[in-house]
Amino acid sequence: MKLKRTSLVGLAAVLSIGLAACGPGASSASQQKTGPVSTSVGSKKITLTVWDQNTDQGIDQAQQQLNSAFEKKYPNVTIKRVSRSFADLKTTLKLALSGDNPPDVVQANQGYPDMGAFVKAGFLRSMNDYAKLYDWTSYYPQSLLKLNSFSSDGKTWQGDDLYGVSQTGELVGLYYNKSLLAKAGISQPPSTLDELDADLAKVKAAGTLPIAYGDLEKSPGIHLYGFVLSALAGSQSVQDLVSSTSGSWTGDQEVQAAQTLSDWASKGYLTQGANGVSRDAAIETFGKGGAAFTITGTWQEAALEASPQAKQIGFTALTPSGSSTPVTMGGEGLAWAITSKTKHANAAAAYIDFITDEQASQTLVKLGNLPTVVPADDKPATGTLAADITTAYGTISQANGVTPYLDYATPTFYDTLTAAAQDLVAGKKTAKQFTQTLQDDYAEFDKSR
Amino acid sequence: MKGRRQPVAYLYVLPALVVFAVFLGLPFLQTFEYSFYHWDGLSASTWAGLSNYRDVVADPQLRSAFGHALMLMVFYSVVPIVIALVLTALISRAHRLRGMSVYRTVLFLPQVIATVVVATMWVSIYSSHGLLNQVLRLVGLGSLARVWLGDYSTALVAIGLVGTWLNVGLCLVLFLSGVGNIAPTLFEAARLDGANTRQEFLAISLPALRGQIAAALTLTVVSALKTFDLVYVTTRGGPGTSTTVPAYEAYNRAFNTGQVGSAAAVAVVLTVLIMVVSALINRLQPQETA
Repeated sequence: MKLKRTSLVGLAAVLSIGLAACGPGASSASQQKTGPVSTSVGSKKITLTVWDQNTDQGIDQAQQQLNSAFEKKYPNVTIKRVSRSFADLKTTLKLALSGDNPPDVVQANQGYPDMGAFVKAGFLRSMNDYAKLYDWTSYYPQSLLKLNSFSSDGKTWQGDDLYGVSQTGELVGLYYNKSLLAKAGISQPPSTLDELDADLAKVKAAGTLPIAYGDLEKSPGIHLYGFVLSALAGSQSVQDLVSSTSGSWTGDQEVQAAQTLSDWASKGYLTQGANGVSRDAAIETFGKGGAAFTITGTWQEAALEASPQAKQIGFTALTPSGSSTPVTMGGEGLAWAITSKTKHANAAAAYIDFITDEQASQTLVKLGNLPTVVPADDKPATGTLAADITTAYGTISQANGVTPYLDYATPTFYDTLTAAAQDLVAGKKTAKQFTQTLQDDYAEFDKSR
Repeated sequence: MKGRRQPVAYLYVLPALVVFAVFLGLPFLQTFEYSFYHWDGLSASTWAGLSNYRDVVADPQLRSAFGHALMLMVFYSVVPIVIALVLTALISRAHRLRGMSVYRTVLFLPQVIATVVVATMWVSIYSSHGLLNQVLRLVGLGSLARVWLGDYSTALVAIGLVGTWLNVGLCLVLFLSGVGNIAPTLFEAARLDGANTRQEFLAISLPALRGQIAAALTLTVVSALKTFDLVYVTTRGGPGTSTTVPAYEAYNRAFNTGQVGSAAAVAVVLTVLIMVVSALINRLQPQETA
């Protein structure tokens, strides 16, 4: 008995020591001091540690080529590349950055959950000085730079400080199958949401599945709702909504977009039981000619070009009323950022510029990727899927018609939105309840800021 | 035998204790500490008092996660133990069956396969054109066919049945070894007294298996409460939030949504729950006679 009591006392002592120490986490982000910047990387032998998520085949090859070209140009710099898939990077990067010896260059996801949290904790270096030095301000469209910007306290997204630039561009759009549309008596792909609605009905009447949709992994729900919302509300109001500038998730267009999805599901326009169908299975169905449309990102280009129906597949986006160009959700690949603890900021900036500039973009295109800024001389043969995507991306990004991914809105929005989207499509939530769920999360976050 | 313990004995357990303290004890205490803070995992944290624990009860999403775990307990423990007992009754009578060891191996196989592989396999079985629906259509029950993991009313049960499939083999191997330990003379005596199969099983095998049943209960209940990989691979908690479980919530909150304090509170509550349940089950164990 005596023994037990002493061990209990010991446990209590250990506990109280643990609790008496101050809470976990850095005390607060201290004001960063940055020295003068230069394009010179010096001549000292240095090693740059770079964490990227370029694991897919095309982009991985491009990255390898760009890294060795950089090492050739600056023989004193060695690149130590650590490459992880998106999900792995998302979970390990936080730990790596909070250590004493973080990487020099990292790819950070945009929005509050990742980049915002890193900036708030003082882990990333503001890159405004390098943006001037390397003229990124005129090279990139303003809307894309904004996505990679935060206020210096990390509390306001799209603030004044640039924390990274992106290497690749992305769009969520409407892939369509030309021969299946022709079979349903449709000669032109739709250009507005109303036209799409009418086409869906025709395709359904012709006995074809209108939209291949698989949401087992939960993230495609963001793409589907974001695509419809952008086509309804237009670029400015979605921008304002996601960046907490103005608007509400329970607004008319937000509810209407939700209602559209709810209707599509109840009319059988979406794959039956979509919540249990994997994204890859849906893409495969569409690629085999099993559905007339699918709504997903340009990152599926390579997969669809290799599909049996590749020659029949086109890509487009919808134009909201009051806009002259299409508007859709998308943006750019993860931002390449410099950590605040790096000792080689100049070399890091030179590296980031090197892998994103016009010459790098040509390497990217050659290996089947969509660079953030498409080189002027990149003209794929018309009528191909590559041409559709490059043209759509060029037009939409130049017209600032790219709306941000909706899950950037709050740190928990990804979970809230993806679960609610499954509820909506399954008829478990009405359009009003769906938008109210989003608004509740949004209001909660607003209170905490 | 000396009644008092010798101090030198502590020296022998020291290496194990150090490993335990460094890799389990300290992290647990740290988790306990985190659970009293609001912390995003990166920047400064703020004192939260007991509010993270209050959320475990008050937050409907967390509450339902614990509810799902309780539901899974039925499929992970009760059902497999009942099935394994029935199989034991059958198999123990037919132990001179040819190829017995092959059946045993096959039934135990699910325990040996990595859970991720098991989950991937069942995703395909449950998919819209998967094995289950094909069989249903084949026998004319096509109207029942659905995407089992995508349907709100069936997703949790579907995951539970994977657990049943996983645990039957484990329980069966435990019970068979238990039955093997029963002196054959007992059965002989019962048969001479005119007992039938059912009576034999209820009067001899079942009481003798009490220890094995308690062990099987502990193992399977704990596996139900800490389910993570199966949910992570098959549904990610979906559709909606109909298959979330505490371990998944803890992971997701800590690494994805930046709610480390809340994740820690969930983990602590889960740990305490597992300890309490195992302690209760231990009372079923036959006591060593003094």
